[in-house]
Amino acid sequence: MGAASLLAGPNLNGTGSYIHWGVIQISVANLVVILIMIALFVAALVVPFPKGRGRR
Amino acid sequence: MTAPTAPTNWTARLRGRAVSAFPPDELLPERQPVYVQSWIYVFGVLTLAALIVVLISGGILALKGPQWWHASSAGHYVNSLHLWSVELFMAFMVIHLWGKFFMAAWRGKRALTWITGALCFMGSIGTAFTGYLVQSNFDSQWISTQAKDGLNSVGIGAFFNVTDFGQMLMWHIVLLPLIVGVIVVIHILQVRRKGVVPPIDAEPVRVPEQVQ
Amino acid sequence: MMSALTTHRAETREVAATKWAGETREYDLVKEFVIALVVVALLTAGLAALFSSPDEKQINISRWARADANDFVATAAQELDGTSGTATYGAPYTHDPSAAQKIGPIAPQNWLGVTHPIDTVNDFVVRPLSGVPGDAALTSALSTWRAAGSEQQNKWASAYDDALTKAGGDPSKVTAGDFGPVPVMLQALLRMAQSGGLDGALLSQGNFFQTNYTKPLLFIADGAFLEDQARAQHLGGDQWGMMNETGNYPGQAWLWLYTFWYQVKPFSTSGNADALVWALMMLLTLLFILIPFIPGVRSIPRWIPVHRLIWRDYYRRQAA
Repeated sequence: MGAASLLAGPNLNGTGSYIHWGVIQISVANLVVILIMIALFVAALVVPFPKGRGRR
Repeated sequence: MTAPTAPTNWTARLRGRAVSAFPPDELLPERQPVYVQSWIYVFGVLTLAALIVVLISGGILALKGPQWWHASSAGHYVNSLHLWSVELFMAFMVIHLWGKFFMAAWRGKRALTWITGALCFMGSIGTAFTGYLVQSNFDSQWISTQAKDGLNSVGIGAFFNVTDFGQMLMWHIVLLPLIVGVIVVIHILQVRRKGVVPPIDAEPVRVPEQVQ
Repeated sequence: MMSALTTHRAETREVAATKWAGETREYDLVKEFVIALVVVALLTAGLAALFSSPDEKQINISRWARADANDFVATAAQELDGTSGTATYGAPYTHDPSAAQKIGPIAPQNWLGVTHPIDTVNDFVVRPLSGVPGDAALTSALSTWRAAGSEQQNKWASAYDDALTKAGGDPSKVTAGDFGPVPVMLQALLRMAQSGGLDGALLSQGNFFQTNYTKPLLFIADGAFLEDQARAQHLGGDQWGMMNETGNYPGQAWLWLYTFWYQVKPFSTSGNADALVWALMMLLTLLFILIPFIPGVRSIPRWIPVHRLIWRDYYRRQAA
């Protein structure tokens, strides 16, 4: 069985895309994951958290 | 009214120590200090939730054995669940780590919480590594023949043989989940026992005389 | 005599070490956990349905021998004359303490000795061939091989290996020489490999049940074919390969620091790279675990005040 997606998502098989920057080589996939993580971290810091009820 | 139990009763002593270390309303409190008010705090529980999905998807893979996913589309989907829950688990854990570092969450005698957290991280990396080894495809072949060089160079390969599929599978589904699971439990109990760390430079609370 | 700042610091350290006696708020841990579980389960199900997971086909010896027969024969020749990667590896496969990687003067690779012994000549070539029935030329070649002493065997094998290298790895272009039974043996091994018989023989080693793939994996890894497929997918050690996955799938981003050292000197040009990187990473891991006790590092949160964002509501009310 091939890695067929159930939904019509992009097929991640085939040749990988890589970014080269000096000694650094990183896959687009890994870069996307890292950028999303940083975005989530920043969002967690700045997005207001619901105030608690029953403060005492 | 029962007579006081003899001090040599192991059951009573264990129960006494457990309850005094973790009184139920501290084990599962419905209140938190007022400073627990940030989305950064949800990444610990997200990591735990992801771990549970990892364990469940792994358990389903175990039902039909390590070759199932190659020939079955249902099996392949369960394998995908296992892969993506692991990616989420590692991502949430690292964000949780970033938060805890910048909060200096080891303060106030919480070094053991940090240490167990770091051990969870290392243990998870090792568990994931053995998982990649038992995919039984080209990836496993390459990873095992490469990793053996690192492990052999420091003598670990002499007893931890990454090209031994049987050994790696049992480490992945039995030994490492047990070890990591125990450390996770200790980590969470530490958080409950010490409470969530107060803010850096939090002012001492002036408590009125009559309050205990 | 404590300054005002030191006294204040001591007081706030006390706050961290004692049970919180200040304001509290309602916080539903169990509801939070259930919501987290549902969110993660849905995210996982969605990602799995959208992107699936990679499953690159295994490379068995039969596939290798059919896709690149010359590479197979060249590798087999090196197993037979004891010059392959496995044959010259040292512990835990072969008895050669000088082959071990070193960290300065020490060689931990040797400490536990040869726990997984591999004799490439017999394990990879002679014993599998001995099981082949009905091939008179092969039977005769094997008799000749066995009758000769190990010195003569090695002379034949080395001579053929050298000649094969001179012929650009093409057995059909090898010029005549004193190779004894070696050419017949290697051609028979190639046929056995292409038929699939060598996969079975290398794995089973005469047993029925077998879950240890060390021998067939090491044989395949001695050749160039496996590595060529891996490098085409950016999985090579000097391609940050440890972090990568096949295709466009995310890999193991958490291994970034581990693989980083292999890309830079002195590790990238050292024969001891594995041992040096492992030793360095074990040290850094220990330091990471012990951050609470490391002066300077444990103060970074104070110097980079991300915490002022996290606890901004608390600080605002504290100031008021």
